[in-house]
Amino acid sequence: MPHATFEIWRGDAEAGAFASYETEYDEGMVVLDVVHRIQAEQANDLAVRWNCKAGKCGSCSAEVNGSPKLMCMTRMNTLPTDQAITVEPMRSFPLVRDLVTDVSWNYDVKKCIQPFRPRPPDAEDGTWRFDQRDADRVQEFRKCIECFLCQDVCHVLREHHLHERFIGPRFFVHSAALEMHPLDVEDRRGELKEAGGIGYCNITKCCTKVCPEHITITDNAIIPLKERVVDRFYDPVRRLFRVFSK
Amino acid sequence: MSHHTHEHDVLVIGAGGAGLRAAIAASAAGARVGVVCKSLLGKAHTVMAEGGIAASLANVDERDGWRVHFADTMRGGQYLNNWRMAELHAKEAPERVRELEAWGALFDRTDDGRILQRNFGGHAYPRLAHVGDRTGLEMIRTLQDHGVHQGIDVHMEVTITRLLKDGERVAGAFGYDRELGRFHVFRAPAVILATGGIGRAFRITSNSWEYTGDGHTLAYDAGAELLDMEFVQFHPTGMVWPPSVRGILVTEGVRGEGGVLRNSEGRRFMFDDIPPLYRDSTAGSEEEGWRYVRGDREARRPPELLTRDHVARMILREVREGRGSPHGGAFLDIAWIKDRVEDGAEHIRRKLPSMYHQFKQLADLDITEEPMEVGPTTHYAMGGIRVDGDTQMTSVPGLLAAGECASGLHGANRLGGNSLSDLLVFGARAGEHAASFAAEHGAPGVDERAVEEAKRTALEPFERTGGDDDEGPYVVQYALQDLMQDRVGIIRRAADLEEAIGRVAELRDRAARTAVRGNREYNPGWHTALDLHNLLTVSEMIARSALARPESRGAHTRDDHPGKDAEWGKVNLVIRKAGDGSMEIRREAIPPMPGELEAIIEEQG
Repeated sequence: MPHATFEIWRGDAEAGAFASYETEYDEGMVVLDVVHRIQAEQANDLAVRWNCKAGKCGSCSAEVNGSPKLMCMTRMNTLPTDQAITVEPMRSFPLVRDLVTDVSWNYDVKKCIQPFRPRPPDAEDGTWRFDQRDADRVQEFRKCIECFLCQDVCHVLREHHLHERFIGPRFFVHSAALEMHPLDVEDRRGELKEAGGIGYCNITKCCTKVCPEHITITDNAIIPLKERVVDRFYDPVRRLFRVFSK
Repeated sequence: MSHHTHEHDVLVIGAGGAGLRAAIAASAAGARVGVVCKSLLGKAHTVMAEGGIAASLANVDERDGWRVHFADTMRGGQYLNNWRMAELHAKEAPERVRELEAWGALFDRTDDGRILQRNFGGHAYPRLAHVGDRTGLEMIRTLQDHGVHQGIDVHMEVTITRLLKDGERVAGAFGYDRELGRFHVFRAPAVILATGGIGRAFRITSNSWEYTGDGHTLAYDAGAELLDMEFVQFHPTGMVWPPSVRGILVTEGVRGEGGVLRNSEGRRFMFDDIPPLYRDSTAGSEEEGWRYVRGDREARRPPELLTRDHVARMILREVREGRGSPHGGAFLDIAWIKDRVEDGAEHIRRKLPSMYHQFKQLADLDITEEPMEVGPTTHYAMGGIRVDGDTQMTSVPGLLAAGECASGLHGANRLGGNSLSDLLVFGARAGEHAASFAAEHGAPGVDERAVEEAKRTALEPFERTGGDDDEGPYVVQYALQDLMQDRVGIIRRAADLEEAIGRVAELRDRAARTAVRGNREYNPGWHTALDLHNLLTVSEMIARSALARPESRGAHTRDDHPGKDAEWGKVNLVIRKAGDGSMEIRREAIPPMPGELEAIIEEQG
């Protein structure tokens, strides 16, 4: 049975350090399996979040060898085991304990985004008609599993801590899903510019690179939203129109 | 020892599809609603549902309607279902699906722009509204995003360990938060249990860590009755390789899109044995089955789309008789359809994106090129808390249950797709009725002694450290999972079941000695130790009910009683906690079906 050394972050908001665990692992295992084995055999109180273990719930986000990953989708055979594998919590959020972080900020942000508002139904029975093509545009964004790895890696949050002024890639994806929804009639351009702080994003595409669902966050969500905001607020013809319509 | 107190009109325990739908309904009815969830919001097991939501919208085949859906559900459940629930479910599911669309869910479309529906096992017509193969995620996100704007209080990462009562009626619940291990008392005149299933009682399961039978046990300990606990669905297609992903679900949608099952000899063994109830509706040849998948309305279903209990047993038979795949399963092949559809690989990736992704990433296997290896995995509890079909009220006043932890709709076997619709239909009903119960009944009193006792019980695992014979909670949990898998699994025998009952009792003694290290802050060892009581309780229920039903029906297969027994087709098994604390089990006749429902069954065949 192959053998690995794991350096796992242990500690709480006050203090912490990497603890070293030697363990064996089986063929086909993912990092989460090994963390669970260590938890069951060596460290019963090792705090880790997980649910589905199939990359569908987005609970087990962590930084493996320094890169943001879902532990349940990171196979051991993709990591070099001749050196220690480090597992630490997402660094952009306050630490609760060990690998568990306080991600409640994300839930607060979502509440502030204008909810879905559909156009009146198209048919007398209260239902709508639209093309699969129109659904396809948005379904990419709706694949998001809210693992918050994109938030973890975004410079604006990770290095500049602008949590009060910037909603982060996850909520640009959420906003894009609403704005481009074939039935939605709400206008979120104002809130994207102001409370959303979309201007802070300088399109480095770090979020896109870490997305486990392979959502093209920057190109398909953020850039089109930036364009919509620009059209709404900086288009000279529209500005003139707004002056006259006051 | 202190605790935090919260007051709600309706407390919902669980935030999967049923819990969220109940919370939205109760809130819409004017109640102050609190939702408690064991994980973060939006992570509940509902996200794992892949195939779709069964509802007779008749968008793809206008011959569909609630009567056909009702008859399909009853036939699938081998007529042990609560017929009133099957009726309400079939009638109300379409409206619940349309409502999701109005809240922002984006279902796949038909050519004329309506909600597309797909074929699934046991459903006569294409009936499952879906979003690729991630329908559960779409549903939970829609409910979550709609729900957070309805003024509902959400208590995330809180686990309830006990229901509180005021005399006979429910008065609220007691629990702890994971973050700091603080205690919480929730006072509420109406409490809805929506805690999901029991899959973690078995070694091979598609279920997450949360599925420890919490609602079942909370209800049982509070004096409520449970029903039909012997019926545990083993989904025929779980992953079998590599070992660490054994049990993870492979959606029935693969078969709905044309995937076929083969043994090691390349034979489509599902054609070998078709149950009499389905003989007339099953394809006579591979060609006819393919035509069905492609929407030919004159063709009959391929045998891969027979009910889950049957498909699971057939796979097991191939494995036992030495014709299994290398790692003890069968081959599920979707790649073969590349010869039949244009741009086949792309078609497969578009129809089954998460399956493609899952196998690519976890098993290094491209499903557009190679067959998958699949085998049965513990998936769903048909049995559960006994409820009134109209109101979802349990036998304890003010206590309701909805979704998987409740029972009745599915009888002896659940049809795929009927679970998501169950969550919506009965979640909404539970929410409405909880709100009206709360409005009609004043605030209950809370028994402080019960709260103090709940605190003592919760802290016991910390007191036990240091003894010579102490062991960690995981050791006991794994031992229980092995026991249930080996003795109370798909194929059951009286001797195994008797042994299991005895060994569950021994494990209960060991659980009472498990020691926990560390402190109360986010300590999974402690949480696992507390969950053991629930796992042991539901395990005993399943084993006792399985022993008490000496026949094979639906998901319950007795090697020593291989046939169906007509007398047993007329009764449910009811469980409750007796006055002396022992588990009492009794037979109860199923009430006769009203004439008009009887007529539908006859007419639909």
